[in-house]
Amino acid sequence: MKEPQTLVDKLWSAHEIVRRDDGESLLWVDRHYVHEGSFHAFGKLAERGARVAEPGLTFAVADHYVPTRGSREDIANPEIARMVRQVEENTARNGISLFGLRDPRQGIVHVVGPEQGLTLPGLLIVCGDSHTSTHGALGAYAFGIGASEVAHVLMTQTIWQKKPKRMRVTVDGRTAPGIGGKDIVLAVIAEIGADGATGCAVEFAGSAIRALSIEGRLTLCNMSIEAGARCGMVAPDEATFAYLSGRPYAPTGADFDRAVAQWSALATDDGASFDREVALDGTTIAPVVTWGTSPEDALPIDASVPDPAREPDEMRAKYLREALDYMGIAPGKRLTDIAVDRVFIGSCTNARIEDLRAAAAVLAGRTSKVPGLVSPGSTPVKRQAEQEGLDRIFRDAGLEWGESGCSMCVGINGDLVASGERCASTTNRNFRGRQGPGARTHLMSPAMVAAAAVSGHLADVRPLLAERTT
Amino acid sequence: MDKFTTLTALACPINQANLNTDQIVPARYLKWTRAMGIGKVLFQDLRFDAAGNEKPDFPLNRPAWRNAKIVVGARNFGCGSSREAAVYALYDHGIRCVIAPSFGDIFSGNAVQNGLLTAIVTDDEAAKIMATLARTPDLPLTVDLEQQTIVCGNKSYPFAIDPVRRMRLINGWDDIALTESFRDRVAAFRADDAARRPWAVPKVSMTDA
Repeated sequence: MKEPQTLVDKLWSAHEIVRRDDGESLLWVDRHYVHEGSFHAFGKLAERGARVAEPGLTFAVADHYVPTRGSREDIANPEIARMVRQVEENTARNGISLFGLRDPRQGIVHVVGPEQGLTLPGLLIVCGDSHTSTHGALGAYAFGIGASEVAHVLMTQTIWQKKPKRMRVTVDGRTAPGIGGKDIVLAVIAEIGADGATGCAVEFAGSAIRALSIEGRLTLCNMSIEAGARCGMVAPDEATFAYLSGRPYAPTGADFDRAVAQWSALATDDGASFDREVALDGTTIAPVVTWGTSPEDALPIDASVPDPAREPDEMRAKYLREALDYMGIAPGKRLTDIAVDRVFIGSCTNARIEDLRAAAAVLAGRTSKVPGLVSPGSTPVKRQAEQEGLDRIFRDAGLEWGESGCSMCVGINGDLVASGERCASTTNRNFRGRQGPGARTHLMSPAMVAAAAVSGHLADVRPLLAERTT
Repeated sequence: MDKFTTLTALACPINQANLNTDQIVPARYLKWTRAMGIGKVLFQDLRFDAAGNEKPDFPLNRPAWRNAKIVVGARNFGCGSSREAAVYALYDHGIRCVIAPSFGDIFSGNAVQNGLLTAIVTDDEAAKIMATLARTPDLPLTVDLEQQTIVCGNKSYPFAIDPVRRMRLINGWDDIALTESFRDRVAAFRADDAARRPWAVPKVSMTDA
C-alpha cells in the first residue's frame, strides 16, 4: 500500500524535476508573479543577455509603488514614476502580461492572482514578495523569493529548494461572531512565535479553518510568513472550486471538470504524519490586536500590555521594554485605553470585498473619530465596493476612499503614517518604521479597525456589532 | 560569487530579537540599485536619527565595531520582507557572516545567493558570544565554515548550517549554470506535465481578456 501523504508532500512531488543527492530539488514553477520591485532581477537578466524562459507563465502587476491617493494619471514623484515605467518596459521587452496602472484588473499581486483565476489549486507559485504565501489558501504551493531567485525563475522557470518540514496547525470549533481569518492567524502567531514555523510548510486544517470563506483563508495564509513559515496552505474543497469557477484565467468546461477531479485529491491522507503539529481551540479566540513591534506581540482585545517589571527572563524583559518604548505605551496598560491617531484599511492581507464589507458594517451610520484611508485590494474590488455603496459608507464616516496598491502597508508609494502617530491597521507587519519612520502600528481585522475608528481607541468590535442586531 | 571558507574579523553584537529586513534596509531605499551604494543605508533608522546624525548607542556606531565583518544577532534575524537589498546592504557594508539562533528563511536563502554566511547557534551560545564581545569588543572571532566552528577567545562553539548551503558557500556555486546542466530533464518534465495537468497553463491571453 502507498504511504499516506500530506498535502505538502503531494504538491512537492508533483513539481520535482530533479532531486540531488544532497537533498536539494529542482522544482517546476507554474506561475511567476513579478512587480515593480523585481527590477533587480530584470537587471541580472540583462547582464547575462538572457531571455525570459516562459513569458506565458509570468504575470506582472504594478502595486508596490503606485499612488493610492489623488491622481494616478500624472505621478508627481519622478522616482515613483520611474519605478512604474520600469515594470512597463521590462514586461513589454520580455513579452510578459502586465496588469498595469491603467488596467482595470490592476491591484495588489496577492489579490489579483486569485481574483483573476491565475492562482489555482495544485500550482507552484513564486513571487519576489514574502506574502506570496497568500496563494496557498487555494491549495497551491506558494512562497516568496529574493531577487537572485526571481532572476533564476525568469531564466529557467524552475527553482532549487530543499523540502521544508511539514507542520499542521489545526483549529477546531466554531469561532464567535466577528472573528475572522485575521484573528485566527494572529492567535496562531502569538502562540507559536514569529519564528514558530521557520523552515516549515504549514497546512491549516480543522473545522474553524474549513468554515472560513476563501477570502478568510487568503488572509490566514497571507500571514503564515509572519510565523516564519515557508508557505501556508489549505486543502482545496467545494468552496475553492466554487470561488474559481468562471474567473477569467481559470480553466473552463471539460478542462475545469478534469481539474476539479485532480484538485479533489489534494488533501492530506488519513494517517499521514507531520514533523510538527499544533492545535488551537477556535471557540476561545477573541478579537486580537498587536501591541508591540512584531506580529507575535498579539493579545486578545480585553487584555493589557505586558509589564517588563514582572518578567523574570532578563532578555524577554529587555525585548518588552524596547517594544513598549517604541510604541509609546505604559507597561501594563489596558489595550482598550490606547488611543489611535489614524486608521488604515488595505493591503494584501485584508482589502478584499468581504474585508471592506466587514469594516463598512461597523462604520455604517457612525463617524470615525480619527482620519483614515481605505485602499481596496484591487481595482475590481474598488468597483464592486462602489456598486454596493460601501465607498459612501467610508466617506460618510469621514474616511478617505483611495485607489488600489500596497499603499500605507509599506509606504513606498509615499502614503505614510507620520512619526509618533499611532495607526490601527489591517496590514501584516507592525515592525518599527514599517508604515513610515517612527510610525506605530497596531495590527487587527478590518472590523476591529472600524471599531477603533469610531471609538478613537483600540476597541472590541463585538458590542458594536451586537448594537446592530438588537 | 565569492567563496567562503574561513573568516577572522571583528564582530558586532546586535541583541534584538526579530530584527527584520525593514530594519536592515527601510523600504524607502528599495528604489535604489545596488550600485547607488545600498551599504550606506544599512540599519539606517537604527544607526541614524531623523536629522542624519549617528546614534552613538547603536553597536555598529561604536568605535570598536565600525569595521566589523561579523554581526551576532538574536533569534529570527532577517525575518519579514523578501527584499534581497537587506543582504546587499549587509554585504556592501562589509559584513560577511551573521551569527544568530534563527533566521528568516527567505533572508538566509538570499544570503547564500550572495556569499553571506548565516551561522546558527543556540540562544545560550549567542548570549555568551555577545557577552564576551561586550567585555572585549576588539576580540576578533574566527568562523570556520569547513569545521563549522566559531572561535571566540578561548572558547569554540559549533554552528549549524544547511549542508547544501554550506557547500554552495564553500564552492561559490552559481545556480543558473547548475540548472542549465539539467536542461533536458526540465524539457522532459514540461512535456509530461502538459499532458498530466493541461489545466495548469493559463489559456486566456491579454488580448482575449
